[in-house]
Formats: sequence, C-alpha cells, structure tokens
Amino acid sequence: MTEPSALQYTEEHEWIDVDGDVATIGITDYAAEKLGDVVYVDLPAAGTTVTEGTVVGEIESTKSVGELFAPVNGEVVEANQAVVDSPELVNSDPFGDGWLLKVRTSSLPKLLTHDEYRTLVGE
Amino acid sequence: MTPEPGTTTPEASAAAVERLSPLDAVHRAAGASFTDFAGWQMPVRYSSDLAEHHAVRTTSGLFDLSHMGEIVLIGPDAAAALDYALAGKLSAIEVGQAKYSLLLAEDGGIIDDLVVYRTGDDRYMVVANASNAAVVADELRSRAAGFDTIVSDESDDVALIALQGPDARAVLLETPGFGVDGPGNDADDFDAAIEALKYYRAFPATFEGEPVLVARTGYTGEDGFELYLAPDRAGRLWESLRETGGSRVVPCGLASRDTLRLEAGMPLYGNELSRDIRPAQAGLGRVVALAKDGDFVGREAIEAGQAADAPVLVGLAAEGRRAARAHYDVYDGGGADAVKVGVITSGALSPTLGHPVAMAYVSPEVSEVGRELFLDIRGTRIAASVVKPPFYKRDA
Repeated sequence: MTEPSALQYTEEHEWIDVDGDVATIGITDYAAEKLGDVVYVDLPAAGTTVTEGTVVGEIESTKSVGELFAPVNGEVVEANQAVVDSPELVNSDPFGDGWLLKVRTSSLPKLLTHDEYRTLVGE
Repeated sequence: MTPEPGTTTPEASAAAVERLSPLDAVHRAAGASFTDFAGWQMPVRYSSDLAEHHAVRTTSGLFDLSHMGEIVLIGPDAAAALDYALAGKLSAIEVGQAKYSLLLAEDGGIIDDLVVYRTGDDRYMVVANASNAAVVADELRSRAAGFDTIVSDESDDVALIALQGPDARAVLLETPGFGVDGPGNDADDFDAAIEALKYYRAFPATFEGEPVLVARTGYTGEDGFELYLAPDRAGRLWESLRETGGSRVVPCGLASRDTLRLEAGMPLYGNELSRDIRPAQAGLGRVVALAKDGDFVGREAIEAGQAADAPVLVGLAAEGRRAARAHYDVYDGGGADAVKVGVITSGALSPTLGHPVAMAYVSPEVSEVGRELFLDIRGTRIAASVVKPPFYKRDA
C-alpha cells in the first residue's frame, strides 16, 4: 500500500501517485467508506484518451453508483484488471491493490496535499 | 469520484437537526455510518453492507427500526374502525395475530403499507413507515371519528428491534431476562411461548420485568422476530442480544435491510408503493378485502377498477454484475428504435444470488414471466427477464 501522506488528491476523492510521466489513480478510503461495499467497477481500456474533469468510469456499491472522473489529461496505459475482477479491493486496500488506472500525462493540474484533503473531508 | 449523497459519518452529521433513535449512542459507539431516513439519523451500515446482508441469510442480524411509527387503537369499536379505515378485514384476525394491510386514499392510491397487530379484543397496534407515521396517525384519527375508539400515536414511546435470520430463534431463547407477561412469568413459559409462536403472530412478554411485544414478523425473507418495547429499555435489550449471540448476531444497517427485502420481493413505500399506485398494480389486490361487509375508504375507486393499460409491478433478473437502479428506464428492445415500457423502482446486485435483480412498473403487455426486456443503465442496454418475485426464498 502506498503511504497516503505521500499522495496528491482531488476534491472528487481521488488520489494520484506520480512516477515520471505516469499517474496512478485510485479513490480514497473516505470515498470507499462512503460508497459502501463496491460490487462493480467499470474502467476505460488501455489506449483511451481521457480529459481532466470528465467521467471515465463507474464504481458501484450495493447501494449507489459513483462516477470516476479523470483527474488529469492523458492516455490510459493500464486499467487494474484485478479490481474489475475483485471490486472489493477498492474497500479493502484503496491506496494499494485497489488502484484503478495508470494514465500517461504531460502535466498535472493543481492537486491537494494530504493535509488539504483531510481538511476537505473534515478529518 | 462522487459518492451519491445520503450517507454521512457521525462527525459530519452532528450539527444536523434530525431525530435520533433511542439506540443512537449504541450505534455511534459501534462505529456505524448513518443515513437520513424520513428525518431520522439511522445506521446505514456498521461495517459492510454485504457482510450484514449475508449474516441475516446465514446466522442472524440485528436491526434498529425505532424510526417506524406505532399507532394504537383502543376501544369497543377499534376493529370496526380499522375495517373502515384500512383495506383489509382487521376484525377477522385473532388476538395475537398480525396482518399486512394498506391505508388507501379515496381514489384507491396507497397512503401507506402497514402491519397491524391485534393485541387485545378491543386493542390494535398499527405499524407505519417512518415517512408516513404522522399521516397515518392523522388519517386513522379522522377515519375513526365516528367510532367508539381512541387513536393515539405512540411512536415516540415505542422502540423496535428486529432479530432476523436462521439463528434468531435460538438466540432469543438463550437470551436471559425474558418472561411472559402475566401469571407464571418465568423463562420456561417464555420458551414455550416462542416454541408455539407462529409466523405473523405476537405475544406480550417481559424483558427484565418491563413489557415487550414479541412478534414473529420481519422484512428480510428470513425467519425472525420484531421486538417492541419502551425506548429506555431498548439499549439493554440490544446489548443482551449481542452478548448472548456473539458472532451469530451482527448489527445491520438500512443498506442491508434494503437488499434483503428486495431479494425477498417485498415492496418498499416510496419505491414500489405510492399515492399514484393502486394495490392491484403492485400485486397487492389480495390485500384489499372487497368481500368484507360495509364501506371502507377507497372501496368505490377499487371496485370501479383501473385502466387496462396501467403499469404493473414485475421482477426483473439479469446476468452479469451491473445493476439497474431505481428510476432507470425499461425498454422493449436493445436497439435505437426500442420503446420505453417501464421504470425501475428498486434494483441492486443481489448479494445472495450474485446477479442483478430489480422491481419495475411496466406496461401490462410486456409483463408476462419470461419476457425479455432491456434495462437502460446510464446509456447501456442490458437484457433482463421478467420473473415472479421473490427472487430469493429461504429453504422451508
């Protein structure tokens, strides 16, 4: 699992881990907790071009549907098939095995620090 | 990522002006997440919707339903008043019996669905949905005006705990502190009363000396019990059931309650039932006792019948894991020229069955069992078959 304090965040409750020009994207423990048990994840295929702020996937729990927004512009290099096969990974390990997408991007928008995100969600 | 609104953590909701269950402190200590339900802050889950759902199907689950309304009618005409006020023939049930019924509007629409307990020759308790409790109390008062009966809304003075699942009976029998209300009043009498208690029956008992109505009723598709008692006793009872049951008793929130009742094919007011729906549309025609003597509110409209093309409630089962949800449209085909034939009222990926299930109002001409319909899941059409609820039925 990635150390949450080392990640960047969006107001849409996504975390972003940047390694070179590839951003790994997932949703936060707070978002996973809010959704409840995740039972279905729909992700864009590798090669898909995504635009910051647009809906690129869905995360469904027993009770509700969450939309996944692309936090950056770029091209999907990998979608996490393990999460598609075992959606409960989003709940059990949101910052680790529950990651969703790897996106190749040339620039990052302004993102929140861990402290800023924790303030946003009132923790 | 935008989780839908509706669930809040205790921290986030602390400032909200909402009604709290008498078990609120117990739930907060247990780390529950809360949801606003009909103006109440109630547990939506304690840890996992799915774990709670499965617990009810395999061991047992404990629910706080203290938000529900309890309206009591007392008087020589209580039975006659209910025969006039409700769709069913409540005078026909015995003391100790319960009956599912409907409160209809003059036009035949459903104001609420109810469980009515006959607790004495001249005494009934009407259990209403939380969202409708005040309306039901008002309607019962005005409909009972010409009868010799007193109608009182006891909702604030009654807590409700449900213990549901295959282990519910054993746990209830093992839990110390129960007796029957009346002469004798010891644990052996309580055990005998539980052994003799049939489905949709209730008896007056005591828990640690205080009255509790023990009913074999529920809303999960499992065997189980609903326990009505004073709010200040609810915490003790909750803790005692948990201590006795250990891992066999899992506290359950409203999220699992919803998937459990959906699998069991039970309608939820606000989803399947509303003022715009007639009982026959919802498959509840049998609940309306047209054969009973005398007038009742809604009789004229029900006898007049309804339009032949009025939508009817069906069950839908699909493959895969992608669930259609309430308000999603139903089509008669998968192509661009398909015609919309209905709307989903409840839908989820069934935790027990592992595939999507839904209830929907559809045109009568596409409502036959086996018919293939298509569910529009945010732009994608998924094939589904019309099936007859319940989706899940426990082994007898």
